[in-house]
Amino acid sequence: MPTTTLSGHEVHVDDEGFMTEYDEWTEELGAELATQIGIEMTEAHWALIRFLREDYLVKGETATTRRVQAAGGVPVKEQFALFPKKPAKKMAYIAGLPKPAGCV
Amino acid sequence: MSDTKPAPIVPNFDDDETDRKLVFICSKGNLDMAYPGLVLANAALGEGIQVDIFFTFWGFDMITKKRMNKLKFSPVGNTAMHLPWGDVRVPQWAAVIPGMQPLATKMMKKSIDDLGIPPIDEFLDQITASGGKLWACKMSADMQGLTEADLRDDVEGIINASDFMGLSEGAQTLFI
Repeated sequence: MPTTTLSGHEVHVDDEGFMTEYDEWTEELGAELATQIGIEMTEAHWALIRFLREDYLVKGETATTRRVQAAGGVPVKEQFALFPKKPAKKMAYIAGLPKPAGCV
Repeated sequence: MSDTKPAPIVPNFDDDETDRKLVFICSKGNLDMAYPGLVLANAALGEGIQVDIFFTFWGFDMITKKRMNKLKFSPVGNTAMHLPWGDVRVPQWAAVIPGMQPLATKMMKKSIDDLGIPPIDEFLDQITASGGKLWACKMSADMQGLTEADLRDDVEGIINASDFMGLSEGAQTLFI
């Protein structure tokens, strides 16, 4: 498993760069991950990232856009506006979680 | 063993590169055959791919307001229909027993719901919210005596076969 250095911290990532250790993530690292993919974080972005982090602890897997809408209360349209084009993957990346495994 | 890379590894989201375009032709009105197109269309949108869905023939039921939540599943003619226990197929003589279709429909709807997958109308809501566009087939509308008033409000329009050629130009097209 490769490691990489983010904001001076060494963290474990997969081959694509998604963080693999839940507990290595901090909001500071999340902000750095967001910067790397050109996302400017606002409170609305953070609210989603926090939901994804909490939901992962409950469900043991990363929420899909469908679940973020159904359980997190943020409409899919807004998710696309906040994290353009590939919201599920971008949210997971910033949240330090694996890509969602579900189809929908 | 770990190897530290000097520069951060950043996923390639290919945001600016994809001009990929998918067109789905949804031609079936059975509950089980409504989902493949919707699942794939939704996944494509989540990958930043442009999606248009063209509803034709029986697929029209998916966008017809009074029908879209009443799609059915029947084991008739489907030899791959299994009972929920063991590895037993439903024999075709049993598939036609009265009550079998509602039962099979109910069971399938439950399985779909258990997976957190939305019913047809909500699924289409999600697809349009993600930027997908819905189109209705002119010939199907004429055959069934339906107008735009009978269809979901977010259907872009009723278009003919020639219009479809323009719509699908340069796209990968999937017939379902």
